Amino acid sequence: MIDSQTRTDLDQFRSETREWLLANCPDSMRQPVKSYNDIYWGGKNAVFASEDQKLWFERMLSKGWTVPAWDKRYGGGGLNRLEQKVLNEEMTALGCRPPIFSFGISMLGPALLKFASEEQKMRYLPPIVAGKTWWCQGYSEPEAGSDLAGLQTRAEDRGDHYLVSGQKVWTSYADKADWIFCLVRTDPDAPKHSGISFLLIDMASEGVSTRPIKLISGKSPFCETFFDNVKVPKENLIGTEGKGWSIAKFLLTHERQMIGGIGDTNKPKELSTIAQEQVDFEGQLPDSSLRNEIATFEMDEAIFDMTIERAIDEAKAGNASGALSSFFKYYGTELNKRRFEAMLSLHGFAGLSWEGDADLAKMFCRTKGNSIEGGTSEVQLNIISKRILGLP
Amino acid sequence: MPLVINEEQQMLKESARDFLKEKAPISQLRQLRDDNDPLGYSPQLWAEMAEMGWAALTILESYGGLGFGFTGLGQILEETGRTLTASPLVSTVLLGATAIEKGGNQMQKEAHLGAIASGERLVALAHEETSFHQVAVSTTALPNDDHYLLSGKKVFVLDGNIADELIVSAFSEGDQKTKLYLVNAKAAGVEITKVKMMDSRNAATLVLNNAKGELLGSYEGSQTLLEYVLDVGRIGLAAEMLGGVKEAFDRIIAYLKERKQFGVMIGSFQALQHRAAHMFCEIELCKSIVIKALQAIDSGNEDLAQLASLAKGKLGQTYKLVSNEGIQMFGGIGMTDDEEIGFFLKRARVAQQSLGDTNFHLDRLAKLKRY
Repeated sequence: MIDSQTRTDLDQFRSETREWLLANCPDSMRQPVKSYNDIYWGGKNAVFASEDQKLWFERMLSKGWTVPAWDKRYGGGGLNRLEQKVLNEEMTALGCRPPIFSFGISMLGPALLKFASEEQKMRYLPPIVAGKTWWCQGYSEPEAGSDLAGLQTRAEDRGDHYLVSGQKVWTSYADKADWIFCLVRTDPDAPKHSGISFLLIDMASEGVSTRPIKLISGKSPFCETFFDNVKVPKENLIGTEGKGWSIAKFLLTHERQMIGGIGDTNKPKELSTIAQEQVDFEGQLPDSSLRNEIATFEMDEAIFDMTIERAIDEAKAGNASGALSSFFKYYGTELNKRRFEAMLSLHGFAGLSWEGDADLAKMFCRTKGNSIEGGTSEVQLNIISKRILGLP
Repeated sequence: MPLVINEEQQMLKESARDFLKEKAPISQLRQLRDDNDPLGYSPQLWAEMAEMGWAALTILESYGGLGFGFTGLGQILEETGRTLTASPLVSTVLLGATAIEKGGNQMQKEAHLGAIASGERLVALAHEETSFHQVAVSTTALPNDDHYLLSGKKVFVLDGNIADELIVSAFSEGDQKTKLYLVNAKAAGVEITKVKMMDSRNAATLVLNNAKGELLGSYEGSQTLLEYVLDVGRIGLAAEMLGGVKEAFDRIIAYLKERKQFGVMIGSFQALQHRAAHMFCEIELCKSIVIKALQAIDSGNEDLAQLASLAKGKLGQTYKLVSNEGIQMFGGIGMTDDEEIGFFLKRARVAQQSLGDTNFHLDRLAKLKRY
């Protein structure tokens, strides 16, 4: 329960925040994000797409609000949960863009906060807050997809450093990133989940190379990343050697929630809006089976959104369940694929164009990956049946 | 409003579960069926339910009720869905009391609500006329002095054979509108015939031949009284179906852990695991829409039509899935009458069709969204 003093303080914080945002967020940064360029990604070779983007980032950084939740000693905003919520609500209400998008903030950061030494936190977190390091993730390998723990990238102990050799795949923006957080095998003789460690590697190290992957949807941010006898200092190991799998699982839960669409405010146009444009003289879609498909999708979508709402309410009431992230990942991504199938049908020939970056046909192709990346639908179903239903 | 039940509702749910487990398990329904019981329910059990206040739950205190609301009633309905308890809860409380409380004048409310709340009077909604649920009717109501004369034929009248009062939907030529009328089951020109249904619960055919009816004419709202009552009924029925879905699913999971073939428990097979996990996900959605829709009745939400169709549509789809998987996963034993899983299949099909199946509600959702 929130007492009245906290309530008054929060109201005060809310009005100050709104005032500050109104005064400091440039108009162009209050437009919806439409393309890759509309977002600032940071990094050593950072390029701002506009003067306004730079201004907005620097002003938010001055308050520590690029990562409002992190402690001030790491450069964060030091806001408590309630204040974070207020800031988030005010930014959403005014349509402010996030000042930066980074895997350092959304993925590596939370893992460092939980598993790294204080010295490592002081070294890696502040540059993430300041947008100076662009991080990418090295998990999957050609022979380790769903069976992620079967990964083969070797990190041999050479005294003061590890010698890393192997190949990662599906590393988003590896060609642009400064550093990579990686799962590597430090003990080839241990049982497969026990021989894995979590290592941070400078992409500028000798022996690291990348190659972009072209997807069925056209261009993509994905790359293959190769390590050819790369020297990595021992101090870059996070947590205990051989205990990297627990960090990996922690991070995968985060990723699942992101892909499952929790907190995703940037939803595409509603199917019914498009369907309304194509009704016949009786006010109905002429194709009755398509009409049924869309209505079924919209039923499930509306109720899935309520389920996110309910999960939040249940968590507040003290009934949180971590294993539910697999449910959200599975159902959310399958729903998104259904959305684009129906969308493509609704557009007919017009949906088949392959001209621009934002073509429906390209987005449609991309959705097929939703139920593969971050753990396939089948893997999520395995997790649900084992962890929630208790099946062997 | 947070999508969780409060402490009082939780207590009500738990006490209902304990009571029903002890007093009205599936074996009781089986007994009613095997005895070919003409009443199709246990008056003794209904009296005990009424004593606990279940018949009075949604009726306002000024008319002898408890004013506890539909979210509360939904918890009890859910529990009766687990035990497949045959009782007049849906016909009399969910549909009957709602129609009279929302549509009756002062006199009508005073005449009936107290008697319903105490469990003495049973009511049934007589609406359907063809083999498919629809809102339009051809039963007619002709004005005659201070009342109306109703003529027509109604089918699938749930609990019609035990009701004291019938609430009949009829079309009036005068203003070209379909309205609800109260008809005494013993009145002249009323002929009721019991029909055996696959779920062993009560249904009846009703023939009206210039039967005397009173108009329920005091409702004010954006929908018609009939539509409002149907939507409340759909949501309450969805709550009952949620209980059936959860119970059938619990039994499936227990069976997967118990039954052995090829030397291992069948729950270790991925082919079954994935189907079980998928059902789990669909049930998570069902829980959300049922609580959301129940709360919407209590708060007078304007989107009741849409929420009712989402609830009845989704629960119909999921109950069908889970009841079918129940038989398949129990294998040969699931086909036997001795095993109780088959009772869920039979109740599912009747509940699916009652007040509109999934196809009906998908069509309605599309119409509401204008495509």
